[in-house]
Amino acid sequence: MPEVNKPMTETNSRDLFPGALEMMILESLRRQPSHGYALVQHIQQRSNNLLQVEEGSLYPALQRLLKSKLVKAEWGVSSTNRRIRTYQITAAGLRHLEQQVSSFERMFEGIALVLNPGKATTN
Amino acid sequence: MNWIANIFRRGKLYNDLSEEIRLHIDERAEQLMGEGMSPAEAQRTARMAFGNRAVQEERSREVWQWPTLESIVADVRLALRQLRRSPGFTMAAIGTLALAIGANAVVFSVLNAFLLRPLKVPHPDSLYALHHGYDLTANQSYPSYVDLRDRNRSFDGLVAYDVSAAVLDTGNNPSSVWTEDVSGNYFDALGLQPYLGRFFHAGDEHGPNSAPYIVLTYDYWHTHFQDDRGVVGRVVQVNKHPFTILGVAPAEFNGTLLFFNPECFVPLVEDPFLGGGDLNARGNDFIFETLGHLKPGVTPAQAEAELNSIGASIQKTYPKDVGKMTFALKRPNLYGDFLGRPVRAFIAGLMLLTGLILLAACANLGSLFAARAADRSREVALRLALGSSRKRILRGLFTEAIMISLAGGGIGLLGSVVLLRALSAWQPLPGFPIHLAVNPDAKVYVVAVLLALASGLLFGAVPVRQVLRTNPYEVVKAGTGSAAGKRMNARDVLLVVQIAICAVLVTSSLVAVRGLVRSLHAHFGFDVAHIMLAETDLGMAGYSGDRAQLMQKQMVEAVRALPGVESVGLADSLPLAVNGGSSSQIFTDATTDLRPSNAMANAIAYDISPEYFHAAGTTLLSGRNFTEHDDKNSPRVAVVNLEFARKIFGSPASALGGYFKMKNGTRIQVVGIAENGKYASLTEDPQPATFFPILQAPNTSTILVVRERPGLDTEAFQIGATIRNALHRVDSGLQVTVETRDKPMESTLFGPRIATIALGVLGVMGAMLSITGIFGMAANSVSKRLKELGIRVALGAQRKEVLQAALGRAFKLLAIGSGVGLVLGLLATKVLAFIVYQATPRDPLVLAGVVLAMAALGLLATWIPAQRALSVNPLALLREE
Repeated sequence: MPEVNKPMTETNSRDLFPGALEMMILESLRRQPSHGYALVQHIQQRSNNLLQVEEGSLYPALQRLLKSKLVKAEWGVSSTNRRIRTYQITAAGLRHLEQQVSSFERMFEGIALVLNPGKATTN
Repeated sequence: MNWIANIFRRGKLYNDLSEEIRLHIDERAEQLMGEGMSPAEAQRTARMAFGNRAVQEERSREVWQWPTLESIVADVRLALRQLRRSPGFTMAAIGTLALAIGANAVVFSVLNAFLLRPLKVPHPDSLYALHHGYDLTANQSYPSYVDLRDRNRSFDGLVAYDVSAAVLDTGNNPSSVWTEDVSGNYFDALGLQPYLGRFFHAGDEHGPNSAPYIVLTYDYWHTHFQDDRGVVGRVVQVNKHPFTILGVAPAEFNGTLLFFNPECFVPLVEDPFLGGGDLNARGNDFIFETLGHLKPGVTPAQAEAELNSIGASIQKTYPKDVGKMTFALKRPNLYGDFLGRPVRAFIAGLMLLTGLILLAACANLGSLFAARAADRSREVALRLALGSSRKRILRGLFTEAIMISLAGGGIGLLGSVVLLRALSAWQPLPGFPIHLAVNPDAKVYVVAVLLALASGLLFGAVPVRQVLRTNPYEVVKAGTGSAAGKRMNARDVLLVVQIAICAVLVTSSLVAVRGLVRSLHAHFGFDVAHIMLAETDLGMAGYSGDRAQLMQKQMVEAVRALPGVESVGLADSLPLAVNGGSSSQIFTDATTDLRPSNAMANAIAYDISPEYFHAAGTTLLSGRNFTEHDDKNSPRVAVVNLEFARKIFGSPASALGGYFKMKNGTRIQVVGIAENGKYASLTEDPQPATFFPILQAPNTSTILVVRERPGLDTEAFQIGATIRNALHRVDSGLQVTVETRDKPMESTLFGPRIATIALGVLGVMGAMLSITGIFGMAANSVSKRLKELGIRVALGAQRKEVLQAALGRAFKLLAIGSGVGLVLGLLATKVLAFIVYQATPRDPLVLAGVVLAMAALGLLATWIPAQRALSVNPLALLREE
């Protein structure tokens, strides 16, 4: 999956691959409920800045998750006294994440096998 | 459903989203400022990091939308906004399309009513009429009909009908009605049920005048009996004989002929009372048409084969009376091919032409849209640069096109419905129950909407390539001035196509109009101007035999005595009138076996008085006129026309004094030769015709041909009323129709007139379309090249050269298009010749007319752009840039 490692350019502002951004959002929210800005920061830091997610592209993904009730949102005030909208993963979101991660891992394993036929690596 | 709830919650969702994004950017900016950036720099960087906010917001919103419908609504809103910004363009486009779709809806509705809609009888698919295998008619004698009905095994009952005019009197209000005289099994075999009362049946007939019953059509019952359910069982007088009203036919049933709506039905066996044919005469082919439902599983070909063998045996049994007897099964709606062929040809031609109009309109709108897209290329480029996808922009353009096409289609359809309603209510021939029931139905609406959508897609597609090729950076940098290619581009081709189509329309309408004008001024073998007709049937008024003849004499004398009348002729029927003369078989004198197959010709025969030729204006070429002495006691004589003389005798010289024989063996001597004329239709070839002295061939049908004195002041004299009064003084009970000579010809001119009107309307529409098309193109080319023209003027170009530069291309395209259209139009007029008399394209006037018309259209359309090109002020233009 070479595109994953490539910094996003302006012309290629779509999701990494369908569902990848959602998966990362859900995973972040599983660890800790947070608002949009914090989510972007979190994803970029965790990926060692390898994934330069265009900040705005987060919001359509969040709306999709909201719509399918995988997350819920609430207006509140942050520790730094900012008005923020905090997202929280739901039970359905947890189940969905689990499924997605396992299917992603299988896919990744398959791709790795094809790309490196000698080594049977798993992580 | 979830999405319904979403629609109501949406306002809050969207506000939350915008707020959230704003806060996001703020937070980022604040953080950047914390890292030491200036506020402005921080805002900029924060926005860049966020990406295209509008696009992200729209994508986020889309998540909540009911995908297709709502984005369509959004597109429609945008399109409406865009269209409202250019009302001129919008109105022109909608108007153009409304005309084109309206024309198509009208013609399709006519096609639908005449050719597609089946008759209102059960199982119309299996209903066939027995037409002659050798000509376009279907006449039979009553005995032959009975033989065919009883001996065939292909039909579920064979019915026969004849059409006649009668006087119906419900008390003391005699009024003339058109009846269909039908066989007893008529309603049962067609499968009809009465609306009220009962029908008559085959079992009610027991020979001539055994079934004095009458069935009213729904319309006649509705208009003349005010829906009175008590009419059943009432006795009325038909031609002064008592008939009982049995019932009322179903509302939608008006006989089996599409145009001709009779007012009532009476049994065919009553024909002797109705002035119809003799039921027992094998040779008297008075039955208009026979028809029936084919039995299940029988093909028309099988039925024809069976009928032909029955016909052959009838012919063998009655060789003296029956000629060729072969059959072709046809649809009864338009009387087989007799009306069917010209009607089909004409409607197909019209459909083709209106299709072309629509195509021309699409070409027109296509180039309008292309010009609009070119004008908007900056806007398109800007939108592309701001992140809009090309698909989205194209969708917007198509939405505009579809909106315009639907609006135009709707308005066009509305207009056509109004027109069609009027057409359906119209009675084109006064005194005849002719109706054109062309009311639109669901099929018409569907076709109109589909046509509108299709044309919207068609002209909406014209600017697609343009948009796809748009390079936002280039356009924004360089402005709109694109290089004008020397080659013909798509828009030029569209314009040529459009002009060619319009030239076809202009050509055919000119040919038709010219043909009609010529046919109105041609000589028909009789005069039209200064002739009045007074028509009555003495049989209906109760006269017969010698009394009728005496009455005719009194009538002629009464009118002849009037001041202002030069001469009065008497005839039983007239050329080019609806019942224009009966056809008789003519044999040479040497023929002894007078079987129909030995006849030399069929001649139209008129019974006339000696004064007729002078009164009617028919020239006697040689020989003598009839006299008062050519009566029952003297040998039979005739005046024949030139064609008769040529056909039977070879030449006029040998005809004069020669003899010919009628079917019953009567020898008749030719005493005079008259000029040829038109007898049944304007488009016919010369037909043989013969005139008999009315004293030798008495007839109750009475037409006075009244020639006015030359120089008569008709306004002051009121000759019509005077004639009517004079005749009423002879018998106050006479039903007399007084009219000018051209009135009864209206029916023969009806077809050509309709054709000419239709083509004229299409021609005008075509002309309008070509004006707007050329105007659009010329205006566009002038405004694009205004700078170039300014430079030319600055360098000393003459007016002529400026015009050539500005409009040369438009005129070149006009010339090419007109040339192509003219040639195609001339080819198309071959079809026209079927309907319009003397519709010949080889007419210098027509050719000159088309060229002049197209040139005039070109001048008209380029006038404003030319003025603009000529008024170019080079200084002002050059200063602008």
